[in-house]
Amino acid sequence: MADRLAIDAAAGQAIARSTAGQLPLNVLGLTWKAGGKRLIDVISLQLGDGGVTVIMGPNGAGKSLLIRLLHGLLEPETGEITWNGERAGDGTRAQQAMVFQKPVLLRRSVSANIDFVLKLKGGADPTYRDELLARAGLADKARQPARAMSGGEQQRLAMVRALASKPQVLFLDEPTASLDPASVHMIETMIADVRKEGVKVVLVTHDAGQARRLAHDVVFLHRGRVAEHTPAASFFDNPSSSPARDYLAGKIVL
Amino acid sequence: MQDFAEAFRLAFHLVSQMDDELAAIIALSLRVSLTAVAISALIGLPLGALLATTRFRGRGGLLVLVNALMGLPPVVVGLLAYMMLSNAGPMGFLQLLYTPTAMIIAQAILITPIVTALSRQVLEDLNTEYAEQFASLSVPWATRVGALIVDARYGLLTVLLAGFGRAVAEVGAVIIVGGNIAHLTRVMTTAIALETSKGDLALALALGIVLLAIALSVNAAVMSLRLTAERTAHG
Repeated sequence: MADRLAIDAAAGQAIARSTAGQLPLNVLGLTWKAGGKRLIDVISLQLGDGGVTVIMGPNGAGKSLLIRLLHGLLEPETGEITWNGERAGDGTRAQQAMVFQKPVLLRRSVSANIDFVLKLKGGADPTYRDELLARAGLADKARQPARAMSGGEQQRLAMVRALASKPQVLFLDEPTASLDPASVHMIETMIADVRKEGVKVVLVTHDAGQARRLAHDVVFLHRGRVAEHTPAASFFDNPSSSPARDYLAGKIVL
Repeated sequence: MQDFAEAFRLAFHLVSQMDDELAAIIALSLRVSLTAVAISALIGLPLGALLATTRFRGRGGLLVLVNALMGLPPVVVGLLAYMMLSNAGPMGFLQLLYTPTAMIIAQAILITPIVTALSRQVLEDLNTEYAEQFASLSVPWATRVGALIVDARYGLLTVLLAGFGRAVAEVGAVIIVGGNIAHLTRVMTTAIALETSKGDLALALALGIVLLAIALSVNAAVMSLRLTAERTAHG
């Protein structure tokens, strides 16, 4: 009987782990150096389940570096990044996806771009692929060369391609930085939908309006440090750090 | 000057009639050089992909070597191939000297470094662009190389055409290992050299015109490939 309970408990734990997914994220004493300069200067951070975490800050604050470190694309100099207890690296990255500011599309057709990821992550699935294309509003462009599309269409394709692997965490590095308002709106709608499906979104943006529309919490970086990590509700009206206050007031923050 | 005009007239006549001897020489030229390109692609593309996507000790030195070998003088390649294939050489037992096979081997040696070095450049540029996305997707090395080769297909075809242009136009290597034997190992360039020295300018010119036409078509092919690549946003 005791054995039986032990087995059930173990099974229960296994299930709990798999459904709990990758969160919470714990970052402790993270630093990263390049060219003798500390670009990430001791960051500690905790991110919980759900919602969109927006990372803001002036240029050179370390936003893009931070999400690359979290995604396991870069090795920390010192410190520790753990996703639900597991160190950031190949293992955690498999459950995550990232969309870059400039979409990196394969020199192939629109649908072949998604097929590439589907094959990589398990197997071809034309039905799911068409579903993703419809979601990006690209169903009628399936056979066109991906890189011949407009910037907004390319970024939408990059978004659904990232979703093709059914990630638990989605990193977005200024995904709408150079897009027209209509494309920005479509991407933001996609982000909101993804969040509703329970995917954790970590979004880097310079656009305060976008941050206000999407953020659940805001991490404000300044010179490689976390100036503040505040719920969105209070951040925009009442930021607690002076760099964030200046930034939101439209002053130039260096 | 009269001779000159007469030579041209005869040359165009020969080309338009396309007699058997001329046709055989052109056919052998194409067979030898195309086979050499195929072999150099089989060796040079994977080697170029390896150099483009991996970092290892001695890679820098290897790159310098491959780049230097791009400028190999054909006569030197011919000499080395001759020494290898002659009866006294390590591969003499194959009895290949003065056969089209020997010429294919020599030309493959000549252009493999070109295919390797140029495809390395093409693939490395693309690899730099894809690197972060592929790292994010945890793409395994073999899949990455395959994807790079597929996506760089237009650039790589241009590389192969450059290799073909070099092979079909060289004379030094094929004349040493082939011997310019009529109906056996005589190709366009060796025939031109021979006919010129014999004073039969008309046949030499006729072959020269065909060679020029081939060079022009190869260049036109490269340009149309580039246009296709741009149109489908491959650039």
